[in-house]
Amino acid sequence: MTGYRLRSIALRYGAPFALGVALLGAWQAVVTAYDVPSYLVPSPLAVLDTLRRDWTLLWHSLMFTLAVTLLALVLAIVIGLASAFLFVQSRVIEASLFPYAVLLQVTPIVAIAPLIIIWVRDTTVALVICATIVALFPIVSNTTLGLRSVDPGLSDLFRMYRAGRWQTLVRLRVPSALPYFFAGLRVSAGLALIGAVVAEFVAGTGGTASGLAYQILLSGLQLNIPRLFAALFLIAVTGIVLSLLAALAARLALRRWHESELREGH
Amino acid sequence: MTAIDIAAAEKVFPNGVRALDRVTVVVREREFATIVGPSGCGKSTLLRMAAGLTAPSTGCVRLWPDTSVSASRRRLAFVFQSATLMAWADVERNVRLPLDLGHADMTDAAHASERVGRTLALVGLTDFRRAYPRELSGGMQMRASIARALVTEPSLLLMDEPFGALDEITRARLDRELSDLWAREALTILFVTHSIYEAVFLSTRVFVMSPRPGRIIGEVAIDEPHPRTDAFRVSAAFAEHCAGLSAMLASAMEDEIEGAGP
Repeated sequence: MTGYRLRSIALRYGAPFALGVALLGAWQAVVTAYDVPSYLVPSPLAVLDTLRRDWTLLWHSLMFTLAVTLLALVLAIVIGLASAFLFVQSRVIEASLFPYAVLLQVTPIVAIAPLIIIWVRDTTVALVICATIVALFPIVSNTTLGLRSVDPGLSDLFRMYRAGRWQTLVRLRVPSALPYFFAGLRVSAGLALIGAVVAEFVAGTGGTASGLAYQILLSGLQLNIPRLFAALFLIAVTGIVLSLLAALAARLALRRWHESELREGH
Repeated sequence: MTAIDIAAAEKVFPNGVRALDRVTVVVREREFATIVGPSGCGKSTLLRMAAGLTAPSTGCVRLWPDTSVSASRRRLAFVFQSATLMAWADVERNVRLPLDLGHADMTDAAHASERVGRTLALVGLTDFRRAYPRELSGGMQMRASIARALVTEPSLLLMDEPFGALDEITRARLDRELSDLWAREALTILFVTHSIYEAVFLSTRVFVMSPRPGRIIGEVAIDEPHPRTDAFRVSAAFAEHCAGLSAMLASAMEDEIEGAGP
């Protein structure tokens, strides 16, 4: 490992970490110095304390939100890929359907979530549907673009060797689309979480199966601001982890050949 | 025996641009024929026509018009301007692609591997068969591309300015290797370039094309022994051929400028 490589790793991970610690330290100092009441702004240590005390409650909420998010992400991948493959079969299909995919994308989820929650009896299913709708578009649009972004020279080559439709799809279009798909996946992973949280806010669901959004809602009403912050913290961490996992998947799939995953001097 | 017979082929694109004007080119088997002309004269279009990638607007293009030529001798391969390798596959899988895409008579796996190995050795890439395209230099990528074309043991090789993007030194070396290959493997090659020097160095026959719309304005035989070496590049005969072709191209360019005047 070269010094350059070490420095670049230190920069990538060390710099944001150091900044985070500094900001938390400043936050703690200001709250302590001015004696800010915890129902306005709790100190980071108070939030940490709440996180520990309410762990069982928050852990269940986290698992619920995570389950909704992951289920929605898987559904978005399956439906998104299927739609993209359908779109590239013919320009007529794409031209007819794509505007509706856009419509789904531009309609705010908070506007349709109440309808879905009314129509679907099971609240959990309703939340999954909402999160899926939010997460779907980047995968559809990126994968469609990717399946179409084939090197024209390679396309000619496949034609010259009389490759069949299936061969062209598997050997040429799918590999060409992979970098685009992973770019979409990274966006969708974050959106699935946002969708899950927003939909739960709208649903305002009670009972046992309730996620982090419900904890935020409830904590807000009870002026339990440290718990609100703790739930917020867990949502943020979940989002970061999901985004990192998507990036890791992309790296594993593309590291040997695609520019986006190249390291200096490979 | 005639390998390529292009008779009075014209190409007018849908936007009205006339790319080729009654082009007639006949390439016999075992020839190294080169089309030389300025950028945009339609020489690539002509080559794509020969490959069946685009159809002529009028006229006709036939490969091996003699029906007695067997199917195994009718194999055709194309080398593009850029290496056009699959970035996600290593050199070996790239070279193997034409076999994988199913030529019924060469799908036998063991046979295919042996053939890929032999072709890689032919272009000197044996040690790089596990490398990915981005790990190779431009010259090596082009060799991989040529290996991919040769793996089906084609009898006709169509090459569209294959070394145009390479540096002068690499290009000279690959020209030499190609000349060797042509002589050793009994190939028929139709080569396109805008370099008069490259055309003279490689070819047995050179067709000169005018600026758009492309017409064949001359045809010169280069009767020098093969395979050609660097000594040929500095010979009097080489200089003479180059001067002749330059004069021919220059007069065509002048006509063009006068023709375009008021």
